[in-house]
Amino acid sequence: MKILNCPINGPRPVQEFVFGGELREMPDPDAATDAEWTDYVYNRNGSPGPRREWWYHLASGTWFIAERDTGTNDVKKTYLYGDEIRDEVEHG
Amino acid sequence: MPYRLIKYGLSSKHPDKRMFREPSGLKESYEAVIIGAGGHGLAAAYYLARDYGITDVAVLEKGYIGAGGTGRNTAIIRSNYLTPEGVRFYDESIRLFKDLSNDFDLNLFYSERGHFTLAHSDSSIRTMRWRAEVNKHMGVDSEYVEPEDVKAACPPIDLTCGGDAPIMGALYHPPGAIARHDAVAWGYGAGADERGVEIHQGTEVTGIDVKSDRVVGVRTNKGYVKTEKVLSAVAGWTPSIADMVGLRTPLTVRPLQACVTEPLKPFLDKIMVSGSLHVYVSQSSRGELVMGGSTDPYELNSMRSTLEFAEGLSGHMLDLFPFLSNVKILRVWAGLCDMTPDFAPIMGRTPVDGFYIDAGWGTWGFKATPVSGKTMAQTVATDKEPELIDAFRLSRFEDLELTGEKGAASVGH
Repeated sequence: MKILNCPINGPRPVQEFVFGGELREMPDPDAATDAEWTDYVYNRNGSPGPRREWWYHLASGTWFIAERDTGTNDVKKTYLYGDEIRDEVEHG
Repeated sequence: MPYRLIKYGLSSKHPDKRMFREPSGLKESYEAVIIGAGGHGLAAAYYLARDYGITDVAVLEKGYIGAGGTGRNTAIIRSNYLTPEGVRFYDESIRLFKDLSNDFDLNLFYSERGHFTLAHSDSSIRTMRWRAEVNKHMGVDSEYVEPEDVKAACPPIDLTCGGDAPIMGALYHPPGAIARHDAVAWGYGAGADERGVEIHQGTEVTGIDVKSDRVVGVRTNKGYVKTEKVLSAVAGWTPSIADMVGLRTPLTVRPLQACVTEPLKPFLDKIMVSGSLHVYVSQSSRGELVMGGSTDPYELNSMRSTLEFAEGLSGHMLDLFPFLSNVKILRVWAGLCDMTPDFAPIMGRTPVDGFYIDAGWGTWGFKATPVSGKTMAQTVATDKEPELIDAFRLSRFEDLELTGEKGAASVGH
């Protein structure tokens, strides 16, 4: 059984979690061109490799970030969406 | 009817010839390169050679013939889709499937069973009626039926499904069939090979060279080949290939698991599908139950299997057929599904000249093998898509003209 480490509740079986997709940066809706906006809405990074993703712990209602390799399914670390990521996403 | 086996039995020439040659190495250049020797890639090679006389083609396969989705699906063929575009497309595929055994002189065990899609709620009844009407309008044999009709066609079924979600009706599609999926790829491969196409197994594409938005060559682990036309038919590996030409796609990749039980006496000649219970099942001619579920709950490019799947699927199977509780599962496997946001495939030209894409086939690829091969061959040969696949073009996402194919299998909707 796959175990994910919830940053609040510790190691829990993967069935307790919902996958929320890759962490992505939303372009400014007012400034983005149509092409940039449709790219954001539809296109995804589907090739295997390490990336940051949203996950949700159902039982406690916790959204958090997992660094996972989509080729091997190895989870490197999990943590709450914090200042570090917010800075990176909002200011590059 | 294919007579090859009878002829071989009466012939004094043994052993039989091999289905595929083993080409000694890659040539310096090819008129076209097809990446992926699954059903779709080999079908495209076959129709390119047969219908357009283009035989200077290399099919590059990193594993072996039919190693991916081709040999990992549950072999169901049907055309009872929801959109007119989907119905027209898959119906053409069924028409082609029916002639294939003769075309190849190879028995595909094409077996017309009749296909029930069970409805367990008012909203799914509404969808089944809608699909039935679209199908009838397009000349496809489908009808909405009552629970009694399901019971009459399949007596062992428990219409109450254990009480939680009783069967309230169903969409019945008499042409629904199953076929031997490996043989479809072998037949196409052998037909292409016979006409001069080279199939290179164990040859992995490591890069695609593009100059001023035109394909000029393909890098592989066995050397470099020059070509101006590349068709990508690699299903779950499409995002990696698309990255090589700098193309963004809306594809996400998830495993879809399936399993097979020990052989049982024949009791199920229909194909039973329940979208709500996420299960589809048919009984093979060997007596095994071939069962599939929904795609895994998160993205992954790995063909591993999980206990959660086997447990979940078995629970839902027992809702439908409680008497199976002592039956053992023999094998579980997974295939990679490249999913699009609108559950329709992506086919045709791309912004990179000479790079053609045949992707987005997660959960509905096997049944489309003949028609996708035929239409992609036409696209590669003439550099223009036939009207039949216009609704599946990659640019539909930029133009906001999605296809909305909710008749797809095993996806929650």
